[in-house]
Amino acid sequence: MSVNLTPDDDAMLKGDHGPAVEMAMSIIVQMAEVFSAERLMDISAAHIDSTIYIGEAGLEFAERLADLGAKVKVPSSVNVSGVDENHWQEWPVPPDWAANASRQMHAYLEMDCIPTWTCAPYQTELRPKFGQQIAWGESNAIVFANSVIGARTERYPDLLDICCAITGRVPAVGLHLTENRAGQVLFRLIDIPPDIQGSDAFYPVLGHLLGKISRDRIPVIEGMVVTPEEDQYKAFGAAAASSGTVALFHMVGLTPEAPTLAKALQGHRPQEIIDITFQDLIDARNELTTSVGDELDMVVLGSPHFSIAEFSKLAPLLQEKRVHKRVSFLVTSSRAMVHLAKKAGLLASLEEFGGRITVDTCILATPMLPPNVKKLMTNSAKYAYYAPGMLNTKVTFGTLEDCVRSAVTGKVVQDDRLWRR
Amino acid sequence: MAEIILGKPVISGKAEGVVLSSDEPLSFWGGYDHQTGEITDRRHPLSGKIASGKILLLPFTKGSSTTTAVLLESIRAGTAPAAILTKSVDSFLVLASVVAEKMYSKPIPIIRLSEEGFRKLAAADRVQIDEDGRITILGQ
Repeated sequence: MSVNLTPDDDAMLKGDHGPAVEMAMSIIVQMAEVFSAERLMDISAAHIDSTIYIGEAGLEFAERLADLGAKVKVPSSVNVSGVDENHWQEWPVPPDWAANASRQMHAYLEMDCIPTWTCAPYQTELRPKFGQQIAWGESNAIVFANSVIGARTERYPDLLDICCAITGRVPAVGLHLTENRAGQVLFRLIDIPPDIQGSDAFYPVLGHLLGKISRDRIPVIEGMVVTPEEDQYKAFGAAAASSGTVALFHMVGLTPEAPTLAKALQGHRPQEIIDITFQDLIDARNELTTSVGDELDMVVLGSPHFSIAEFSKLAPLLQEKRVHKRVSFLVTSSRAMVHLAKKAGLLASLEEFGGRITVDTCILATPMLPPNVKKLMTNSAKYAYYAPGMLNTKVTFGTLEDCVRSAVTGKVVQDDRLWRR
Repeated sequence: MAEIILGKPVISGKAEGVVLSSDEPLSFWGGYDHQTGEITDRRHPLSGKIASGKILLLPFTKGSSTTTAVLLESIRAGTAPAAILTKSVDSFLVLASVVAEKMYSKPIPIIRLSEEGFRKLAAADRVQIDEDGRITILGQ
């Protein structure tokens, strides 16, 4: 079966709108055929993950499109890049890497993308609306948009996101369509105490666990007794989209497409029902830590990018304190959040503490870490998940408070009282 | 006689090589070193294995959107698997091969397998893939 194209689609495919649109459309049509899509559909916004510089091919692809005159047709935010454009010299980033990463940033700006440079575009004014059809890349952003906002995006890979932005069209498949958004595997939280559910540490741990079990199925979570904060949803989704293929979750009574269990499942039976106990959470929490002992080189916060709410949580914890001389303390965020935090007076204590800030990128996307950094500590499940493989470091997962206390002490200290009962 | 498994060629092509397989999904970003072809996800069963030039069997990808870009880099660098065989049509892998064709005229075969086909091939040592999706087991 081949996809039915509108006269407009056809014109784009034939090159009537120029060679960039032709190239983008030919990729979209090929992908539509792979997925047996019956048609293409409109989107009204995009988030471009292809901006991360990782090597020559991604750069060549971006510059090819830009040279062909590509312009995005819908408002398009951009994900992190491969370099903190204005501060990379403060870290051991190789200059040729910085130059290439910067070229890739500029190629996307030439296509009229909006320079948000963040993996948390839902923290910007380009946050989509409920029901809005969008083409988003970046696993944590995809799962947040679909689940917490109720916008509709497939799990877009790099390179396809920009093609969708250039044409304003996507294959009408997957999570764009209501019938594919039903929950598939039901997780029942059994006796998870409310104080655990209210703690920040619960969300990345639960996300890590459920992502692993869900694999590529849509999870539904029943048994939540607290209403998560936005950053807790963010931490949950990022973790689930790292350990699994989760692009949409439903929390019964909480997320917009799950007012009831029946609605979350769209009236179907779940394919599987799995009970999650307190012990399961303890095991998942232990899995996020790969480090042994209490040595510590660096504390890193902000994956996904630190929000203004997180800056306000952090600021008072740092008052009158100073980071240990053996330890680096880093927050990764976006230019916009850092600007707001500064205006709100939230950065003074971080500066006095001896902490540093990186924008536009993160430790996983730019080679910024000094070679002597071997032991990390973080409150982010996404950092904890990827750091051992990408950075060849050991990692300890802890709460924000634990991270600060450890940075001051110069060794890992953890308050485990919440988890011991 | 050599056993033949029929796969669905999502991106067709020929390949032959040693089988490397796992039933655990993989994120290539953070999980595949495009400079060496090593699988670097330290939480994955194939951690430390070199997938370059191999016939890689995975159920599907997980995690990062950048998986596509990493596979494209590795195809360009010559460190990619010779072919990737999956259980579901994985858009991340397919797209990398589609773009590799457009940019470098170097697509790699991406084949979809049934559960049974996946199980049989996972147990094989060496296989040969034909344009039409026929996969011949050369060594068990």
